[in-house]
Amino acid sequence: MKEKVLQVVELVKTYTGLRPVHAVRGISFDVMKGEIFGLLGPNGAGKTTTVGIATTRVVPTSGTVLVDSVNAISDPQNAKMRMGVVTQFNTLDRSLNVRENLYYHCRYFGYSSKEAKARADELLELFQLTDKVKSKPIDLSGGLAQRVQLARAIAHYPKLLFLDEPTAGLDPQSRLALWEVVKVLQEQGVTVILTTHYMEEADVLCDRVAIVDHGKILKVDTPENLKKSLGASTFLDLKFVETTTDDLSKIEAMDEVLEIEQLTDRVRISLKDSDSVAIVIQKAVTMGLKDVSIIEPTLESVFIKLTGRELRD
Amino acid sequence: MTDQDFVNSGVDSTLTKPSNLDQQGSAPSFRTALNGTTISYKVSSGRTFYGLMARDLRVLSKNLGEFASRTAMQPFLFVFVFAYLFPKIGQGFSGSVGRNISFATILVPGLVGVAATMSGIMAVGLPLAIDLGVTKEIEDRAMAPVPVWLIGLEKIVFGAIQSLISALIVFPLVILIPSTPVQVHVANWPLLILVIFLACLISGAFGLTLGSMVQPVKIGLMFSLLVLPLTMLGCIYYPWSSLSSVRWLQIAVLINPMVYVSEGLRDVLTPALPHMAVWAFLMALMITAAVLLFAGLKLFTRRVMS
Ligand SMILES: Nc1ncnc2c1ncn2[C@@H]1O[C@H](COP(=O)(O)OP(=O)(O)OP(=O)(O)O)[C@@H](O)[C@H]1O
Ligand SMILES: [Mg+2]
Repeated sequence: MKEKVLQVVELVKTYTGLRPVHAVRGISFDVMKGEIFGLLGPNGAGKTTTVGIATTRVVPTSGTVLVDSVNAISDPQNAKMRMGVVTQFNTLDRSLNVRENLYYHCRYFGYSSKEAKARADELLELFQLTDKVKSKPIDLSGGLAQRVQLARAIAHYPKLLFLDEPTAGLDPQSRLALWEVVKVLQEQGVTVILTTHYMEEADVLCDRVAIVDHGKILKVDTPENLKKSLGASTFLDLKFVETTTDDLSKIEAMDEVLEIEQLTDRVRISLKDSDSVAIVIQKAVTMGLKDVSIIEPTLESVFIKLTGRELRD
Repeated sequence: MTDQDFVNSGVDSTLTKPSNLDQQGSAPSFRTALNGTTISYKVSSGRTFYGLMARDLRVLSKNLGEFASRTAMQPFLFVFVFAYLFPKIGQGFSGSVGRNISFATILVPGLVGVAATMSGIMAVGLPLAIDLGVTKEIEDRAMAPVPVWLIGLEKIVFGAIQSLISALIVFPLVILIPSTPVQVHVANWPLLILVIFLACLISGAFGLTLGSMVQPVKIGLMFSLLVLPLTMLGCIYYPWSSLSSVRWLQIAVLINPMVYVSEGLRDVLTPALPHMAVWAFLMALMITAAVLLFAGLKLFTRRVMS
């Protein structure tokens, strides 16, 4: 039985005001030790609010959050000890340089001056920031700032790391670099909760994904299973020199093929699983195959199916 | 190092592979610790408080020159013009104070008091308003393992420290610059320390209250509507008792906490001047401090936690 590092139970948050906002409307999920868990949803879905409650900065209307078995709502102090956060916005201390940002963060977590210095230097080394030691946060590129924030978030050895849209606004290169670091942290035993509205990010990084919309979780599963739930794992688009009905019925009869659909200039075949690609193509080659493209189902399509609309980006 | 280099250098080889980590000396502890075996998650509010204070003092030390000149400028010009220049060129307000006491003497407690009070408001209020309203930098400190009100209390204490430094910077100026004699005499040291302590506390708490309340775009407005009346009507340039000829104003200014700071310092620094009764200003100062402390911590907590 795997250890539950985060338990979110029946979370509700209504922002009071002239017009009350029902930001979170009953969200529950568990995150296991060592997992990268994704909250995927469009703007205003309630991702940041959920993370805010779990990280003790937002007071829930009702519901409970247990961080490493510590109740984050009734005992925020002990819960905060166990988690690190990278918020949606750059919250690096602009009055301090990069090294000081790490150093004072450690001090906030009770390190002595000597321990904090050692830890800051170690982090600078590990995150390859040694040539940015004296840089001011405003002078850092988006990717670098994010890397410093990540280093700072794990400085006190949290069991649980929250990343709220960590790659929003980063260029593809920096995004890739950040993904690498997150994966390395996972290998080293950190459990990660990540919010995003990038399908690809959820797909590449997350072990399990919760699809959130309008303050509710629509579905939780592995990216793989979510995609399978569409009915097919992979599509093949084939173009033939000449398309004959005889050939098509032969393909349709194959065990590997679920369904076949004739489009204007090509034939779309849905496969039982992605391992069947080669077998079907081999067959098609004998029928005068001209062109082929493989279409992996994306979380995007899962999302559209679940919510009936596209993810706003 | 750019992100390009970062990727090219192969993060995985430098961060993941144990052999590589071993070569980096302290890195293995990074591994084990993250696996959660060697970490004790013990909370120590005192150490966190100390860490927060260390951070603020570090930032202050970086801007010490700027801070000192900003603090000194206004009182320096003020005493220079009104207590040095005016007597020399034969202009001046001896006022209705009488008893052969110079205007310079009146200014001593007033200017020290206003410097101390404003310093905390500026040092805590302004950065906090921007922090809470624009940059959100406070979020990292909000994640420190202490109750949020303690983070606010640290701000108050830090504001009080700056307030004290300001008073110490201004004091020699107002004593040394005037061209007329200044009669300063401290008879009651414990009372002096108590008044200064309360003034500094009020200043820090006032800063926290304003910083948690005011939107960054309204800072200019706050200055004209709050800070200016606070100083002009704060018995800084005249003793409270001399307002007796404008009775309604003498009563109206009693809602201004600045009055009690000025009068308190007047009693402990320049006892030759007429001043408010000790029990009166002490009680007012304590009530003000308590109210602002409570309001500041409450408002701050509410701003940080939504
Ligand atoms: N402090 C607040 N007061 C009032 N309403 C709020 C507050 N914070 C968030 N909301 C509202 O709650 C809803 C959910 O917001 P939240 O920030 O959790 O969404 P999100 O999924 O993180 O979206 P995004 O992708 O934009 O970050 C939104 O409608 C938002 O306007
Ligand atoms: Mg968000």
